[in-house]
Amino acid sequence: MTRTDKELLIVSALENGTVLDHIPAEHVFRALDILGLKGIESQITIGINLNSKLHGKKGIIKIADKFFEDEELNKLALLAPYATVNIIRDFKVVEKKKLQIPSEIEGIARCANPKCITNHQPIKTRFKTVPKGNSISLLCHWCEKMTDIKGIY
Amino acid sequence: MSKSLISIRDFSKEEILHVLEAAKGFEQDRSRKILDGKVVGSLFFEPSTRTRLSFETAVNRLGARVIGFSDASNTSVSKGETLKDTIKMVSNYVDLIVMRHPLEGSSRYASEVSPVPVVNAGDGANQHPSQTLLDLYTIMQTQGRLDGLTINMVGDLKYGRTTHSLLQAMSHFNPTFIFTSPEELKMPSEYKDFLDRKGIRYIETDSLEEHLNNCDILYMTRVQQERFTDPMEYEKVKDVYRLSASMLGGVKPNMKILHPLPRVGEIDQDVDDTPYAYYFKQAENGLYVRMAIISYLLEYDTNR
Repeated sequence: MTRTDKELLIVSALENGTVLDHIPAEHVFRALDILGLKGIESQITIGINLNSKLHGKKGIIKIADKFFEDEELNKLALLAPYATVNIIRDFKVVEKKKLQIPSEIEGIARCANPKCITNHQPIKTRFKTVPKGNSISLLCHWCEKMTDIKGIY
Repeated sequence: MSKSLISIRDFSKEEILHVLEAAKGFEQDRSRKILDGKVVGSLFFEPSTRTRLSFETAVNRLGARVIGFSDASNTSVSKGETLKDTIKMVSNYVDLIVMRHPLEGSSRYASEVSPVPVVNAGDGANQHPSQTLLDLYTIMQTQGRLDGLTINMVGDLKYGRTTHSLLQAMSHFNPTFIFTSPEELKMPSEYKDFLDRKGIRYIETDSLEEHLNNCDILYMTRVQQERFTDPMEYEKVKDVYRLSASMLGGVKPNMKILHPLPRVGEIDQDVDDTPYAYYFKQAENGLYVRMAIISYLLEYDTNR
């Protein structure tokens, strides 16, 4: 058994499904929300405050018998830029991938501009993601103001 | 979908030039009833006498009729109607909507809900593209060209939406900018980054005198009290620049002073009588440019 496989077993083994690893520990519940996992039938195992060599405390989410479109998973990229996705079939990792930051995000973050229409009327937020140094900023489709990704969740 | 004018970025360089050319025609003949039978909705969710009168005059001179309101307090908005519902309702009646709203992004939203074109007449501190187009028209009128000019923007460059939009629009025409402002009201870095990416030169200074003599356009702005949360901050910067006739001795002969108006203390009355003052003519130009915008959007719409 390789080291990665063993680490994934810490919570409990998965026969088929998806493992989301390296989610910042504090964002695990928000991640469940964004992926729409509240109320689904599949077995979900969650680990929080697990040790991570790279990023201190991490979280992990394992969803049995559930496979996501890249588009759905990439919604997490802002929240968990270092997350990895492991596709498990028959107890084996058959595919491992990183998240990609989407060029546009809808309905997730809030606009930081208190005078933005989305903070006053029932309108979905919509942003373009714009590279800024080694981070990214969000350009509001509506009010054209920049929102820093820190503190949007 | 119909074409709207929400942000100056919605118009390409060609479209900008097309509208300026049409405005010239309206200046020569200011009553051309080419929109006879059309109805324009003028929705002013926040009061603005100057902009509203200019738009409504433009509509009337084009032969169309205006419906609308100049204050949202006696409409269903005060009963809690959403912007979406107001726009859905009005767009059933009219051929084009002119709208001002205190919330930023409101006009963009309206344009995505409305089947008819929307002209943004100001959404909070965000965009006011008809002002930008009339600024461009005035620059063109006074200099005979838009290319290769030196524009000195003075005053509140941090919160002033007119300077931000003018900067974006002028970026098509290889300008040089001088940004004259106190430290507290400097041009935000996102706009300077934009200029850097486009390779456009700019100088920053806090002295009005320093670059007065080498610009073609002196674009003065008011420091707006309503943008400040701290009254002390406002007191500190409100009177930093005061242009008077005595300062204009060495300026370029073609130099013209523009101001989006209203002014408070930043341009002395004695400047009005110099050949450099052009802000009243600039305000008049708003009429021709708004006639051009409205007819362009309606024409665009009917040609689809």
